[in-house]
Amino acid sequence: MIAKLLKNREILLVVAVVVLLALIALRFPGFVAPSNLARVYNDTSILIILALGQMAVILTRCIDLSMAANLALCGMVAAMLNAAFPGLPIPVIILAAMALGGLLGMINGTLVWKLDIPPIVVTLGTLTIYRGLIFLLTDGKWINAHEMSDTFKALPRLALAGMPVLSWLSLLMIAAMFLVMSRTPLGRAFYAVGGNPHAAIYTGIDVGRTRFFAYCLSGTLAGLSGYLWVSRYAVAYVDIAAGFELDIIAACVIGGISIAGGIGSVAGAVLGALFLGVIKNALPVINISPFAQMAISGTVIIIAVAVNARAERRKGRVILRKAEAV
Amino acid sequence: MVDPLLLQEKTTSRMKPAITLEGISKSFPGVRALSDVSLALYPGSVTALIGENGAGKSTLVKILTGIYQPESGVIRVADTETTFPTALAAARAGVTAIHQETVLFDELSVAENIFLGHAPRNRFGLIDWKNLNADAEALLHRAGADFDPTIRLRDLGIAKKHLVAIARALSVDARVVIMDEPTAALSHKEIHELYALIERLKADGKAILFISHKFDEIFRIADRYTVFRDGAMVGEGLIADASQDDLVRMMVGRAVDSVYPKKDVKIGEPVLTVSGYRHPTEFEDINFELRRGEILGFYGLVGAGRSEFMQSLIGITRPSAGAVKLDGNVLVIRNPAEAIRAGIVYVPEERGRQGAIIGMPIFQNVTLPSLSHTSRTGFLKLANEFALAREYTSRLDLRAASLDQDVGTLSGGNQQKVVIAKWLATKPKVIILDEPTKGIDIGSKAAVHAFMSELAAQGLSVIMVSSEIPEIMGMSDRVIVMREGRIAGRFERSELTAEKLVRAAAGIETQLSGRAA
Repeated sequence: MIAKLLKNREILLVVAVVVLLALIALRFPGFVAPSNLARVYNDTSILIILALGQMAVILTRCIDLSMAANLALCGMVAAMLNAAFPGLPIPVIILAAMALGGLLGMINGTLVWKLDIPPIVVTLGTLTIYRGLIFLLTDGKWINAHEMSDTFKALPRLALAGMPVLSWLSLLMIAAMFLVMSRTPLGRAFYAVGGNPHAAIYTGIDVGRTRFFAYCLSGTLAGLSGYLWVSRYAVAYVDIAAGFELDIIAACVIGGISIAGGIGSVAGAVLGALFLGVIKNALPVINISPFAQMAISGTVIIIAVAVNARAERRKGRVILRKAEAV
Repeated sequence: MVDPLLLQEKTTSRMKPAITLEGISKSFPGVRALSDVSLALYPGSVTALIGENGAGKSTLVKILTGIYQPESGVIRVADTETTFPTALAAARAGVTAIHQETVLFDELSVAENIFLGHAPRNRFGLIDWKNLNADAEALLHRAGADFDPTIRLRDLGIAKKHLVAIARALSVDARVVIMDEPTAALSHKEIHELYALIERLKADGKAILFISHKFDEIFRIADRYTVFRDGAMVGEGLIADASQDDLVRMMVGRAVDSVYPKKDVKIGEPVLTVSGYRHPTEFEDINFELRRGEILGFYGLVGAGRSEFMQSLIGITRPSAGAVKLDGNVLVIRNPAEAIRAGIVYVPEERGRQGAIIGMPIFQNVTLPSLSHTSRTGFLKLANEFALAREYTSRLDLRAASLDQDVGTLSGGNQQKVVIAKWLATKPKVIILDEPTKGIDIGSKAAVHAFMSELAAQGLSVIMVSSEIPEIMGMSDRVIVMREGRIAGRFERSELTAEKLVRAAAGIETQLSGRAA
């Protein structure tokens, strides 16, 4: 029974997170206090939202390296909108950020779909372009806290039923993505396209269009995260979230989402992000240097990939033998 | 009995086979690929290996080149018993293979391809480019080629790539050259150049194994023949002593067992009419009618254009001309989704690559093309999905612990049932089954055949693409034979014989009987 449970990737991850928390609690019991855990969750919320979008893309055998740049551009535009029109309601700004993010995602998706360029090349290009656009928009100037309206900055921190809006938003996104992935034809198509693109074509699924929608989704979530990031840290500049795309991908990989596509779950993406969040928040508390943190994150990623690869290889071998018999 | 070759050959050194296989057996789960097969290849002689698809020719080539290990049997190279545990061991023993699609490296130069793995080195242990190119040029010359060894392989046509492969064989001093349907992709002129090359290799004392489906080639180039059927050797001898009729009889010579569960179904009105279908490179002039309750067999050799035609029928590729009518209405199919909506579904040949989605549970595989039927709100209803999946998998007698199980954990036969269930769940009018029983065990085969019969009895129209003559003869109401992209014959069930099918597929004229015996 236990052995069977341990084969389930998500449960294995829960166990890993719990073990990690227990180890930290040995050195610093305060870390596992409920209030602190809620704080850690809140701190990881943006990573969770982004990992959900990346998950959809990776499931279709693609990758979105431009998410962090997309976030930075949308965050900057949100901040500029707020600075220029302080009276603009915050929901409008959020929708604008999401729409812009979705548009940037559509650009990625269109290039992958219609021009058939490898996704890693497309998003490496757009990553640079989106960052460059921020500089063109601002001449490299910062938008600082005093230029933003108070409501703009306050929304993510606003407490609702004891939890900040930021945490609520990430929970809402988890629920929405869970619904999309498990209860809509689109979610099923993500799995089908990544699991076996050739078979998906025969099944009547348009592989390119499915990937396009995955990029739209990741772009929209990056746009939302742009507002959340800028308002939470109360500053917008060219280099915000620089390099964060790697954390997003790492969260997915740790969460058991196969880079080869077709395998992964919402729970996995969330747990992968939480695992990274716990490490990031706990290691400084127990006096481990940021450089050791990077090494630890890297080690975890490789272990996660090795574990997943083993699980997948066992299945693959049976098929191969069958195929050879033909 | 005296081997006639002994009488022909003048020098005694040529009598010894370059390589012999004795009592080779090999099986795969559920399939006995080769049983107790023997083969001898003689220096300076071309042996044609003949057999239907699935007769075991490819398995034999893989054993000869060290890719598969036989379960029993002996390989002898120049009288020494040996084994080929790896492809490298086979290459070292002088066995080399030239495949239909050459296994060379497009981005490397011709010379690099020839010497890959055994390039001449200079005294620093680095590649000696000067000698490499000079040696390559000499080898190409021996192979009858005159192009520059420094050009990239991708810039050559297939015929010239064959020459590179042959130059590579010469570079390792190959004693045995296996040619697996080398002319499949060649033009008429290129084929004649290949014949000239084979003559040169013969003169060089190479033993050549020539695998081909084309009888004109075999009679043109081969000295000896060996016929395989169902994994066993059923005949061998000198080509000079054989006629085409003899060879065809050996290839197919077996009574079609009456185990096929073909039901007598009243054939109804035409359901699907295809007229004037053509494609720039794959097929042309395809016309036929498919009736309600009918099983229409499509027979042909691999590469005859059957799958390519089916794929264009369901909108994966676009034909350059042609019209389709379904139930009397003109139909335009631009993509597979439209074909499925119209009621034409295609169960592809490559189950692993094109059929099941490994990693997905059984029920999701089954419902994938019918998701719009299982939900009304745009959100999926698991209960409906399970009901649909249960209905069709139980009709196919699927053996699985749970429908929630990953398809990848099922046997090949059960995976095939999942794939077929997936298509039936779309409630089609026409179902196209491409090699429906290829590579699956006998029990699953029987289940698939019984079910096919059942479908026809229920009024579905079935197109069955198959390269297995017993299956074609056992299951079809009518058979269309394709050859080189064209329809080469149409037969009613009552007039079917294995010989007729093979003749039509191989393009043998009935009045011609090859060289008379």
